[in-house]
Amino acid sequence: MDVKSLKRRSEFEWVLEPRGPMRVPGVLFASEALIREMDDKVIEQVANVAALPGIQKASYAMPDAHWGYGFPIGGVAAFDPAEGGVISAGGVGFDISCGVRTLRTGLTRAEVEPFKRELVDGLYRDIPVGMGRGGKLHLDRKEMDAMLTGGAEWAVHRGYGYPSDLGRIEEHGNMQGADADEVSSHAKERQKNEMGTLGSGNHYLEMQEVVAVYDPAIAEIYGIAEGDVVVSIHCGSRGLGHQIGTEFLKSMAASAAQHGIKLPDRQLACAPIDSPVGQSYLGAMRAAMNCAMANRQIITHLVREVFAGLLPRAALDLLYDVSHNTCKVEEHILDGRPRRLFVHRKGATRAFGPGHPDIPEDLREAGQPVLIGGTMGTASYVLAGTRESMQHAFGSAVHGAGRAMSRKQALKHWRGRQVVDDLAEKGVLIRSPSQRGVAEEAPGAYKDVSVVVDAAHRAGLARKVARLEPIVCVKG
Amino acid sequence: MGVRGYGETLAGAFEQAALALTAVAVDLALVEPLEKVDIACEEPDAELLLVDWLNALIYEMWTRRVLFARFAVSIEGGRLRASAWGQRVDVEKHQPAVEIKGATYTELKVEQRADGWMAQCVVDV
Repeated sequence: MDVKSLKRRSEFEWVLEPRGPMRVPGVLFASEALIREMDDKVIEQVANVAALPGIQKASYAMPDAHWGYGFPIGGVAAFDPAEGGVISAGGVGFDISCGVRTLRTGLTRAEVEPFKRELVDGLYRDIPVGMGRGGKLHLDRKEMDAMLTGGAEWAVHRGYGYPSDLGRIEEHGNMQGADADEVSSHAKERQKNEMGTLGSGNHYLEMQEVVAVYDPAIAEIYGIAEGDVVVSIHCGSRGLGHQIGTEFLKSMAASAAQHGIKLPDRQLACAPIDSPVGQSYLGAMRAAMNCAMANRQIITHLVREVFAGLLPRAALDLLYDVSHNTCKVEEHILDGRPRRLFVHRKGATRAFGPGHPDIPEDLREAGQPVLIGGTMGTASYVLAGTRESMQHAFGSAVHGAGRAMSRKQALKHWRGRQVVDDLAEKGVLIRSPSQRGVAEEAPGAYKDVSVVVDAAHRAGLARKVARLEPIVCVKG
Repeated sequence: MGVRGYGETLAGAFEQAALALTAVAVDLALVEPLEKVDIACEEPDAELLLVDWLNALIYEMWTRRVLFARFAVSIEGGRLRASAWGQRVDVEKHQPAVEIKGATYTELKVEQRADGWMAQCVVDV
């Protein structure tokens, strides 16, 4: 991207002044090097989002921003229904409430090392991954609706995990306002055999070692220390979320003109929050959020079962569970006034600062844990929301490394077997049903997650707490 | 990931785009046309019809756990009728690299050219 089109406000903040139909400026948080690497399409998409009705303050891009569908991936935008604000199916994306959950094992690297081969084989055997393998759970119509309104809380009631898990999940694991009747029969059909499945693409299940702690005080509150082993799960709302995204994209694109909305890109399909389509989508999207949280809850239970058979002293309690494809109603202070806004985060993590009432009480003084997924060969990070982040982009931060090359390009560079062997030599065990899938997800196909996280830290979006490196990885 | 089909007719371009869809997930040569599934959709806008067609296939791929290798499509006045032949996913044999979430409106284009038709869009994986 040509930096000349942007005005530099500070070392890590770049402004795209309003032009044409833009109602607010675009603001990109990144180092100059990251800005230069970004696709030109990111700026076009940031500008398109800035033109949507009711948008507040600015259209934001996080340091990991890349070309997405309608919204950039790494895009954040807030809308006020009182000013004709919209909700956008494209702004949430297909994998509604995709997110990361991290569990603390209470064990050290030295304790798990002798068991890692059996652990990865057990996890790969018991947690369905990739296309064509459904879960063991089959939901009838009544249970499907109960899951869609109950989320992770529903899963705990069915014996998957503990009530204490819920306090460490955004929304206490149950997104209010979900409406199972707004979820089509096609979406339900796509999901009925998929609960407790990981999916494919960039989704994974990893056992990781805390290799560095940058903020010991916050790390202590989060209950992690150097040498600790954690388990992280990255997945979302599976076929149900994809189908809801598909259907509402179409109905919102079709109804945009009736609402007087000119779409610069059909993929930005949206509807006024207060319109019937907007309200239907809200009900369905929230149901998909519950589906994603229930899914990660069931996978957590399956992980615990595998550990119970091999390392029964593993604690596996939740550090936290974040979602990074969402639209949530939040209160933010604008021009000194509290406002109720619909905040879209597409490939961006909520990063509320210390003292926010939505953070679990025992973590509140540290700020919200922000879980950033990396690649199977590099690292993931734990960050914490800051007071500053509330001022920057409605309390939002990055979500991952972001791809540096397409899947097709990656296939020209790597062979799956070679990637698996190279990582094994470094002590990282990979299990996947697809060698091609592994090649497409090769660590080198992604941007350097450390650079992205450093930019988020230095921009004040979130604070670096700890670095996690993979020990084993189950990959879709 | 982008899919693009070329054909002498609009229906032919849609068949080729559907083959590209399967190739996003697996090596096409490994899929045998053993089972037939009939698909119908209706949409006057040819570009939106392409998205509907690919999404109908994605729905069948998920719910039946099948991969498709051969297609016969007819399109008349915005009405698409098709048969798709494929087989159930065999994870060992097919090793699907990704699941396909949905067809998007990104880079969506259906156009008639001097030598036939072209149909393309980006699919989310």
